Amino acid sequence: MVTNNPSDMVTLKIPRPLYERLKQLIDGTGFRSVTEFAIYVLRDLASHPAKRPSEGEPRGRMTDSELEAARDRLRELGYL
Amino acid sequence: MIHPHGGRLVNRFVSGENREQLSITAAKLPQIVLNQRELSDLEMIANGAMSPLEGFMGESDYRSVVDSMRLSNGLVWSIPVALSAKTEEHKSLKKGGQATLVDEAGRALAVMEVRDVYEVDHEYEAQMVLRTTDEEHPGMQYLKSISPVYIGGAIQMIRRPEHKDFGRYRLEPKETRVLFATKGWNRICAFQTRNPIHRAHEYLQKCALEVTDGLLIHPLVGETKSDDIPADVRMRCYEELIDKYYPQDRVVLSVFPAAMRYAGPREAIFHALVRKNYGCTHFIVGRDHAGVGSYYGTYDAHAIFGEFEPREIDITPLFFDHAFYCRSCGNMATTKTCPHGKDDHVFLSGTKVREMLANGELPPAEFTRPEVAQILAEATR
Repeated sequence: MVTNNPSDMVTLKIPRPLYERLKQLIDGTGFRSVTEFAIYVLRDLASHPAKRPSEGEPRGRMTDSELEAARDRLRELGYL
Repeated sequence: MIHPHGGRLVNRFVSGENREQLSITAAKLPQIVLNQRELSDLEMIANGAMSPLEGFMGESDYRSVVDSMRLSNGLVWSIPVALSAKTEEHKSLKKGGQATLVDEAGRALAVMEVRDVYEVDHEYEAQMVLRTTDEEHPGMQYLKSISPVYIGGAIQMIRRPEHKDFGRYRLEPKETRVLFATKGWNRICAFQTRNPIHRAHEYLQKCALEVTDGLLIHPLVGETKSDDIPADVRMRCYEELIDKYYPQDRVVLSVFPAAMRYAGPREAIFHALVRKNYGCTHFIVGRDHAGVGSYYGTYDAHAIFGEFEPREIDITPLFFDHAFYCRSCGNMATTKTCPHGKDDHVFLSGTKVREMLANGELPPAEFTRPEVAQILAEATR
């Protein structure tokens, strides 16, 4: 969704050849402007978490002991 | 397996020495007693069901969610997850301070790092999130019951809330993910409900099961409005139904601890995203999903998904129209697959069903399985 309120927008500058290339890329895709496409791409990039995990905290993957604990609980409850 | 929303399954539980230290700290901090909704939300924040949330929403995320159905980082999120102040002391908590979140019995559940204390406009929140400010709407009634001062910040969870019910059905996202992976399921469809499962719902689920590997029946058991059928009665219905009519190796029954918001379309998005965190790849959206009364259009909860790019939601919604038994077709169908008129359709309103049960009359088998009707009738007496 692209807001039309000018006070909510800021200007970013990109090289003209890049702009022209993006304009070609979005032709026929449904994106109405390079701006709309750039916002879409940047939102997607910005929504990914930071690559560095917090100290001592795994990147969301379960450790072997956590995995085994989960399986044990599932067996105990009759799911496995 | 499908990625959690935001790319990482949040885990806010502390353990070992950290937990001991935090418990000591918690005893010295100002306390905030959580209401039922906040208790459910806290549990789901901590166990990753609400990934990427790591705490109750700060002002920036809250306003962004209310206004645009996105967190301030642009990630889709449709429902504010907020902690309300309970006392004047709470309203003067400072950024950088801490507070202990406790249950009604005073048990310390978590320590919160206070990031924001901010005032909101409940009328505006209701208009945007619930699409109404009608005081009869249960979501509006909830907002009227809490302070318009919210406290936001990350939480560290010391202990889980105590649950006296459904112990064997309380699976957390990491457990459902392990379960699905162990079963070798790649495509898992989730079904959300706060009602008993009647033939129409069963039909939608089995249609979905035809195109997926497994079905998660995930009934909401958090706070609901007073005239909704109690969770313990519903669970007996689900157990009986699954035992008699579902392939045991294709279905998982587990409870969803969330409170209902009755926010219709916005809540459909919320329900879908959270089920993605539980490891589901598909999500059934029927008629008037998460609706109440006539506040929302029958298929508003389908249409709202069109406001986002599919990859932003990632979990695939399976939209179903109104389903019923058709006497002429001789089977369950929807308005999309049945050419016959309403006179051929077996359909009962919720009011009619309650009336029949109260009079000791069982709804027809084309509407609900007799075993389910029996349980509901006994609960009504």
